[in-house]
Amino acid sequence: MTDTASKPGQTEVWITGIGLATSLGEGLDANWGALQEKRINVDEKGFAPYVVHPLTPVSFDSQIPKKGDQRQMEAWQRIGTYAAGLALDSAGIKGNKDILSKIDMVVAAGGGERDLNVDTGVLTAEAKGANAPGFLNERLMSDLRPTLFLAQLSNLLAGNIAIVHGLGGTSRTFMGEEVAGADAARIALARIASGESDIALVGGSHNGERKDLLVLYEFGDFNLKDKFTPVWARKDHAGFALGSAGAFLVLESKAHAQARGAKPFARLSSVVADLARRKQPGDMAATLEQLWAKLPRCEGKGAIISGATGAEPATSEERDFLKGHADFPVRSTGTMFGHTMETQFPLGIALAALSISRGALFPPNDSTGTEIEMQGAPTQIVVVGAGHWRGEGMALVEAVS
Amino acid sequence: MTAPRDKLGRPVVVVTGMGIMTSLGAGKADNWAKLVAGESGIRTITRFPVDGLKTTMAGTVDFVSVDPFSSTALSERMAELVTEEALEQAGIGAKADFPGPLFLAVAPVEVEWPQRRELGRAVGALDFNYDDLLRISGGGKYSAYHHRFMFGSVAAHLAETFGTKGSPISLSTACASGATSIQLGVEAIRRGETDAALCVATDGTVNPEALVRFSLLSALSTQNDPPQAASRPFSKNRDGFVMAEGAGALVLESYEAATARGAKILGVIAGCGELTDSFHRTRSSPDGKPIIGCMNKTLADAGMTPDQIDHINAHGTATPENDKMEFNTTSAVFGELAQKIPVTSNKSMVGHTISAAGAVEAIFSLLTLEHQRIPPTINYETPDPTILFNVVGNKARDARVTAVMSNSFGFGGQNASLILTREPA
Repeated sequence: MTDTASKPGQTEVWITGIGLATSLGEGLDANWGALQEKRINVDEKGFAPYVVHPLTPVSFDSQIPKKGDQRQMEAWQRIGTYAAGLALDSAGIKGNKDILSKIDMVVAAGGGERDLNVDTGVLTAEAKGANAPGFLNERLMSDLRPTLFLAQLSNLLAGNIAIVHGLGGTSRTFMGEEVAGADAARIALARIASGESDIALVGGSHNGERKDLLVLYEFGDFNLKDKFTPVWARKDHAGFALGSAGAFLVLESKAHAQARGAKPFARLSSVVADLARRKQPGDMAATLEQLWAKLPRCEGKGAIISGATGAEPATSEERDFLKGHADFPVRSTGTMFGHTMETQFPLGIALAALSISRGALFPPNDSTGTEIEMQGAPTQIVVVGAGHWRGEGMALVEAVS
Repeated sequence: MTAPRDKLGRPVVVVTGMGIMTSLGAGKADNWAKLVAGESGIRTITRFPVDGLKTTMAGTVDFVSVDPFSSTALSERMAELVTEEALEQAGIGAKADFPGPLFLAVAPVEVEWPQRRELGRAVGALDFNYDDLLRISGGGKYSAYHHRFMFGSVAAHLAETFGTKGSPISLSTACASGATSIQLGVEAIRRGETDAALCVATDGTVNPEALVRFSLLSALSTQNDPPQAASRPFSKNRDGFVMAEGAGALVLESYEAATARGAKILGVIAGCGELTDSFHRTRSSPDGKPIIGCMNKTLADAGMTPDQIDHINAHGTATPENDKMEFNTTSAVFGELAQKIPVTSNKSMVGHTISAAGAVEAIFSLLTLEHQRIPPTINYETPDPTILFNVVGNKARDARVTAVMSNSFGFGGQNASLILTREPA
C-alpha cells in the first residue's frame, strides 16, 4: 500500500546528485576519505556528559553567498541549504534556471533551535519571584528576535533552499523524526516513477549541537553519555549521539537525466516504510522483515547500510533482524556520523549510492562482529532506517545496469 | 453516468466523508449553520493571560479539553474528533481499520512553556542555565514529554486509533498544509497505490509564544475590540490575520471504489496545484508569478478553464499584502471574471486556522457546493477600492455553484490551490 517499488512500465529513477555536509567533512571526497580511514569526529566534552558529532567547519559563503540569507537562518537551515547546494552542484544543475524552475522538493525536517538565553532568562526570573500575569508575554515580546520564528519553522528549510538556490517547482516538508526521511524519498520516488515529476531534490538537515534537543531526548533517556562506542557495542550503555549533518539527493527520471547527459551514481529502485506498533518484543523486527520482503529480490552483490541509533530496544531489535540476513555486510551510519534524526535516511541513501559508484563498500568499524569486510563492488545496497521510538523505512539502491 | 477516470486518464478522486471543527463549533451541521448566519468565532483569549500582548483575541477551540494541556495534545484531540465524524459519514472500512494511508497536516511540534516551566521549578535554584535543565530531564520522570513532543506523535496516534495503513505522513507547508495533505491523498489514489486516503489537518496552537511570534512579524490584527470585528478580509481597514484553531478531515476515494461500495459522493477533488515562490521568506514575489502559476497549474490539473470556476474560496487572510496580491493574481488568471465570480473568505468568521486552513476551507467549499449557498465575508463594511472582487459581503448568497477554487498561500513561498466540484466532469 505504501511501497513505491518500480513497477513494469514505470520510469527508472536515478540518483544524479549528492550533497553532504557532515561531521566528517563537506563534499563526497572528504566524507569518503574519512570513511576509508575509519575516522570519527566526536565531541565528548563540549556537551558533557552528552556525546555529539559536531559539524566539520564549512565555508557557508560558498553555497549561501548573501550574509543576509545566512543571518536569517539558524544552524540547521544553513547546514541544509549548504548541502542542498552541493547536491545541485553534484547533479550539474546549479543555476540551471530551466530545471530549477520546475524541480520538486521533498524535505524531511524537524524544527529550529530555541534562543536558550530567552528560555533561561524567563525561567530564572520566575524562580526569583516574577509572577505577574503578563510576565511571560512581555519577556517574549521584548526578548525574542522577530525573525527567529522563521529560523524555527520546519518548512522554512525548504523555503531557504528555494530562496538561496532559486528553486521554483513544488515544495513539501515532512516531519516525524527518522521515518520522515524515508517518507520524503518514498514520495519523491513515487512521483517520478509515475511520471508526476521529472526531477526532485530530497533530503534533510540536522544540528545535533543543541541543548534544547538534548533536553527533549533526555526526557526519554535516549542520549549517549560519557563515552563514545560504535552503535552495535552500546547494548549495556545505550543511547544515540546526536550528529550534525545535511544530506541531499537529486533524483531524476532516467529519460530526463539522459536528455541532459547526466551520469547516475546509482538507481533508487524502491522505498518502503511502515509504522510498527512496537508493543511487544519482536514487533519492530517483524515489520523490518515485512519491509525487506517488499523490496525487489536482491540477486546481486548486496550490502546493508543501517541507520540504527544505538537507542534501546530498537537497536537490539534491528540487530535481530540483521542476523537473519547475515550474508549481507552491514555498515552503521550512526557509528560514523552520529544520529542525525530526519537526515539519517537520506544520508544512508547517499552513502549507498556513493559506495556503488565508487565500486566498494566503505570499511567496517565495529568490535562486535555485526559489521564484516566486503570484497568486491556492491551492486545492491539496502538502506534500513528504524526510528529510535517509532517508524521504519527501507530503500533499495542499485547499480545502473 | 460518469467515467471513473478524468480527462488525463487518471482515477477520479471523490470525497465520501468530512469532519470539521472550528471556533464556531464541532461538526458540519453546527459550523455550516453559523457560517451562513455570519457568526464569528473570534473572541478575547481566556486560556492564558493576555497582559502585555498587542493582540488579545483569537479563534480558540475552548470547548474541547485535554489534560494535561498542550497545543499538540489539543491538535491531536481535534484531529481525532473530526476523523471520527468523517469516518462515520463515509462508512468505510471497519472500526480501527481504515483501508488506506494517512496524510496529516500538523503544526511543527515543540516542548511548550508549561512543560519548560515545570522543569524550571524542578531545578530548585534561583540562577540556572540549560545544563541545569538537562541534568534533571532524565531518569524517566518526564518520559511522557518525549513521547508527546515527537513530531510524529499526532500522526502515530491517529494511525493507531483509526488503523490507517503504512507509514503515516506528517507534513507542514505552513498555511498551505491542509491543502497539501489533500493533494498527497489525491496523488496516491491517482497513482493507483490505494483506493482510499485519510487526509487530516489540525492546528491548536493558540499559545503565548505562537501569538508573540506572529505578532513580532506584524502579521496579526490588533483590532481587539470587539474581537468579532477583527478579521476584515478585502476591507480597506484590514490590518492582519486572526490566529485560530480548528481541524478538518476528508475521506478520499477513487470514484470507482466509492461507487462500487455504494458510498454517497460528497464532491470531487478535480484538481490540485502547487508552486513555490523563491522571492522571500514571508512575502510573495511582487509580480505574483508563483501564485498565478499555481492557479494555472490547478486549472490545468483539473482540465478546466477559468470560465468554469463559479466561486473562489479565497485565502483571504486580511493581511494588507495578501488580499491585494490575491486580487491581482486572480485577475491575471481570470481576467475580467475575477470581478464577477463570487469570492468569499471564511477567515472573516473562523480566523486563520493556519495548518488546518486548507482542509477546513476545502470542506466549507464542498458544503457550499452541497447547499448551493455561499457563506459571507463578514466585517465587509469598508471595501478596499483597489480590490475589485465580487465579495459575498456580510450576508450569505444563494448561487449556482458547480466548481470552487480554494487557495492557500503560506510562509516559505508555499502556494497551493484546489478545485472542488460536485460531480465528476
